[in-house]
Amino acid sequence: MGAQVKVYKRRIKSVTATKKITKAMEMIAASRIIKAQRKVDASSPYAEELTNAVTSVAYAATDVKHPLTTEAPRPTRAALLLITSDRGLAGGYSSNALKASEHLTAQLVAEGKQVDHYVVGRKGVSYYTFRERPISDSWTGFTDSPEYSDAKAVAAPLIEAIERDTADGGVDELHIVFTEFRSMMTQTPVERRMLPLTFSRSAEDSAAVFAQGVEARPLYEFEPGPEQVLDALLPRYVESRIYNALLQSAASEHAARRRAMKSATDNAQDLIKSLTRLANAARQADITQEISEIVGGASALADATAGSDR
Amino acid sequence: MAELDVELVAADRSVWSGKADMVIARTTSGDIGIMPNHQPLLGVLQTGPVTIRTTGESGQGTVVAAVHGGFLSYADGKLSVLAEIAELADEIDVERAERALEKAKADTDSHAERRAHVRLAAAARKN
Repeated sequence: MGAQVKVYKRRIKSVTATKKITKAMEMIAASRIIKAQRKVDASSPYAEELTNAVTSVAYAATDVKHPLTTEAPRPTRAALLLITSDRGLAGGYSSNALKASEHLTAQLVAEGKQVDHYVVGRKGVSYYTFRERPISDSWTGFTDSPEYSDAKAVAAPLIEAIERDTADGGVDELHIVFTEFRSMMTQTPVERRMLPLTFSRSAEDSAAVFAQGVEARPLYEFEPGPEQVLDALLPRYVESRIYNALLQSAASEHAARRRAMKSATDNAQDLIKSLTRLANAARQADITQEISEIVGGASALADATAGSDR
Repeated sequence: MAELDVELVAADRSVWSGKADMVIARTTSGDIGIMPNHQPLLGVLQTGPVTIRTTGESGQGTVVAAVHGGFLSYADGKLSVLAEIAELADEIDVERAERALEKAKADTDSHAERRAHVRLAAAARKN
């Protein structure tokens, strides 16, 4: 066998091995998306009820001032929580989230705010450490399947930072960047301001209030009191929002990885096909060359014997 | 008779939902019982049992759950109990709770001890 054929055979073998790996990763990611999606669905009743409760209190007890609901007159510091993945090989998943966070950072800086970075996921952490930019806090090791306790761990320093005075290193605002899971095919990085709470004062909302009157919301009784309820409610609200963001990001990560691995598998398949063609052509060329050598040799021999006969 | 639409929701799942004629829960300022047509209420719960007296499709009976921190909100005949951790009485692993109680006593961890007590009490009421 010719040397060229050997080279092609070796490459086909290596690409086939890679294809097996990417195919396996694709299948694993596909099964995990379903699991992650189920977790998002399971957590949504709690998040919805909690949002309802928070909105009710905020509407009913407008006279209560709480650090988590009142806007600072001149915000100077903001915390930014960025959610990326622990592992790579997920296409543009982490870099898209990073891009969104860079965009938001630039925007906040332009507004004259100092930005504290809080990062979830090894990819995000290495992005910041490589550029030698400071991180206030980081968490790794659970982006595949986050638990509620992970969300609590992430939320604790953030809540603490927002409750502290800005002069003592606290923050006025809390923003979050995560990847929203829209469908199997679409995941988009989103930037949200989590605190202080923004109550949607959209056009439809005002229209609804106009139609139903301001009394549309029931007047609540608070046990023990509105302030204590808010005190207890808001940290839980932040935790549940972070939990939801973590779960959506996990689902997005798996979906992004599945897609990346699917295209890697397809590419490997194409490569194998073209390499096989090249290997066949090289083999054919070898055979043709051998035949022409034999024919050439035979005719040279025939010419030589014909000459000696005379 | 009026009924309550009760929903017991934990952070990561929906634990129980159905109709009831009364729900008793422990807020930070004491036990509170809620019946249909109560005034809209938002309360902070402490670690304790939640007792639901069921009616309707789920039949007459009681559902007891151990709830660890959370909220109770009632408006327009709809009552939601939100908790970070909530377990129905028949889901509670009694042996594990007893072990947790022993451990909490040994470590003199009053919070863990309370949690274990509540779990055991809820489990006992069911059986």
